[in-house]
Amino acid sequence: MIARVAVWLDRRLGAAEVAAAGAKKVFPEHWSFLLGEIALYSFLVLLATGTFLAMFFESSLEEVVYDGAYEPLQGVEVSAAFSSVMRLSFDVRAGLLVRQIHHWAALIFVAAIVVHLLRIFFTGAFRRPRELNWILGVTLLILAIVEGFAGYSLPDDLLSGTGLRIGFSIAQSIPFIGESLAFLVWGGEYPGDGILSRLFIAHVWVIPLLMLGLVTVHVGLVVRQKHTQFPGPGHTNDNVVGQRLWPTYAAKAVGLLFLLAGVLTAMGTLFQINPIWLYGPYDVAAVTTGAQPDWYMGWLEGALRLMPPVAISAFGRFVPNVFFPGVLVAGLTFGALYAWPFVEQWRTGEADCEHHLLDRPRDRPGRTAFGVAVVTFYSTLFVGGSNDILAAMTGWNVEAIVRVFQVLLVVLPPLAAWLTVRTCAQLRVADDHGRAVEQVRASMTTSN
Amino acid sequence: MSDDARTDDRRTETSVLVAFGVATAGAVGFVVAYALDAGAGWMGTALSAAFLGLGYGLVAWGHGLMPPGDEVEERHVMPAAPQREQEVGAYLRERGLEVRRRGLLGVALATALGATGLAALVPLWSLGPRPGDALLRTAWANPTNPRMVTTQGRPVRADELELGGILTVFPEGHEGAADAQALVIQLGDVALRSPGRADWMAAGHVAYSKVCTHAGCPVGLYEAVQQTLFCPCHQSAFDVVAGASPFQGPATQPLPQLPLAVDDEGYLVATGDFSAPVGPGWWDHP
Repeated sequence: MIARVAVWLDRRLGAAEVAAAGAKKVFPEHWSFLLGEIALYSFLVLLATGTFLAMFFESSLEEVVYDGAYEPLQGVEVSAAFSSVMRLSFDVRAGLLVRQIHHWAALIFVAAIVVHLLRIFFTGAFRRPRELNWILGVTLLILAIVEGFAGYSLPDDLLSGTGLRIGFSIAQSIPFIGESLAFLVWGGEYPGDGILSRLFIAHVWVIPLLMLGLVTVHVGLVVRQKHTQFPGPGHTNDNVVGQRLWPTYAAKAVGLLFLLAGVLTAMGTLFQINPIWLYGPYDVAAVTTGAQPDWYMGWLEGALRLMPPVAISAFGRFVPNVFFPGVLVAGLTFGALYAWPFVEQWRTGEADCEHHLLDRPRDRPGRTAFGVAVVTFYSTLFVGGSNDILAAMTGWNVEAIVRVFQVLLVVLPPLAAWLTVRTCAQLRVADDHGRAVEQVRASMTTSN
Repeated sequence: MSDDARTDDRRTETSVLVAFGVATAGAVGFVVAYALDAGAGWMGTALSAAFLGLGYGLVAWGHGLMPPGDEVEERHVMPAAPQREQEVGAYLRERGLEVRRRGLLGVALATALGATGLAALVPLWSLGPRPGDALLRTAWANPTNPRMVTTQGRPVRADELELGGILTVFPEGHEGAADAQALVIQLGDVALRSPGRADWMAAGHVAYSKVCTHAGCPVGLYEAVQQTLFCPCHQSAFDVVAGASPFQGPATQPLPQLPLAVDDEGYLVATGDFSAPVGPGWWDHP
């Protein structure tokens, strides 16, 4: 039966040669190569769960009276969007489960992308010929963050509304075009009458479609250029050592997909996430304390909170405070990410040949130290983004905590870089020592 | 194959079998839980078991009973041989040279493509209105001195707030207008430390925009003893007696103030718009 189908396909598509080439393809093995796969599989889980959710969501701000199963809000005027997410959570069988899996998958998705990016960075996998795939990957990270923020904003609950208000302020602070741009995106002055249906179409169609296209090219380039590998016995710049796609690698890859789906389902079952019925519907004049965005917005939140009270008024122009954290820091972050492979090439001259063997981070102390410093900077921003919660936990006043973090933001990155350089040097010494011991041992064996 | 290896294989086979068994049981369990409407806990547990069983089984099978790694595939550099690159380039150039009148037509094509592309983007202007003066004014700018009303539309009397009391208000007829939201505070017998606004208080009340000048969140918390307003989003604090000027956190501009009066029937009214545009600024805003 299978053989007959295969022959049928080969006679129409010439599938046999493609299958033969694909089945023999070798993938090198290392746990860190699974990070990108985890991102890819989270994306699949998001597409599946998101399609189900979209069947029930209404992207309308029209006021309706909530009359679903959740008693505390019965009779309250809410938007149709909020009401539809409530119905999905309380009245649709398996609705809450799928919603929670979707939200957890989104958090894991962005996390997997970020850790994958760090792996690529610290092992030098972005070097020629893979600069283009680095650019695609950074673009996917940006799209994933925007996609996450759009999804977070859809239920029209108190937290998501507050996030949109801050988004409007940041959009408005973009030089010269900000005011008009914010009006175009929101469909007028905040809150705008078009924003929710626009976010919906962006979240379920435009951005996922873009991502699907870019992911396809991203993975296609890995196939075309073949995967990088760590140095090791028999590993050269001209070969790939590992498992063939068929059957070993395929079994493990599909297995990982199911394992991830299982873990995400368990998270969606066990850990409540985004309980909008506790936040309540959005009200332009209401706000809650201890509000936190999804984790991947934490660095931006921290930048907003730790920015000193500076605004510039000059030449008839006004540069609002949110411009610095919201536009400048974000712009520099992604600009620097895009530029990195080319900046490093220009400094090292490594563009003259192809690099398929990965660096060990310790062997590139300059790059590693820079990376660790940057990660430290963003981690400090991230933790600083919860200054009010830290204040409540420690009993210190918020202002003191902000001061401490402002200092840490300047002090920690260089300190981390210095420690990294030292650690790299020590690890290399240990390597040399280990190699010397090996040699002595080998010579003793020979002399015996 | 040695006996040890054979035992290992049998052990792996058993664990894979058990895993796929768990997966099948989980799938059946999920359907049962769904049919009985047993709740997200049962459904999720069963479904998760199905996925985890499948995943573990496949990975264990691949790891233990399939051809191991260390297979080698040759890698070829990306670029073609330099000679081949030249050949392809020469072919493309020659074919291109056979195209007649390419100079003029090429420029015309580029122009037409560019113009059409730009024209196709023009409808984006329909997405929203031009800002105009929308950010410069609010519904408080009304010659009839609008009454202050609550979110539900109830007018606020000049004698209903106790000392230290605070209320979110809107101009009558514009309840819920995001840019017009204001806080009216009963300060009692206090002199404002904001020059030129001595007569902006009415019956001990002062009113400020509730939109934070930092990032636009509602400035939701009032500390009556210190007479400070606090924004819970990014922790900016404003001194109410000193014209709501910021003294902590990232905000740089004071909260715009509303000039107040009491009308003939004893209700609070605003006699003009806010002292400045509400919310954070923008570049064209001097």
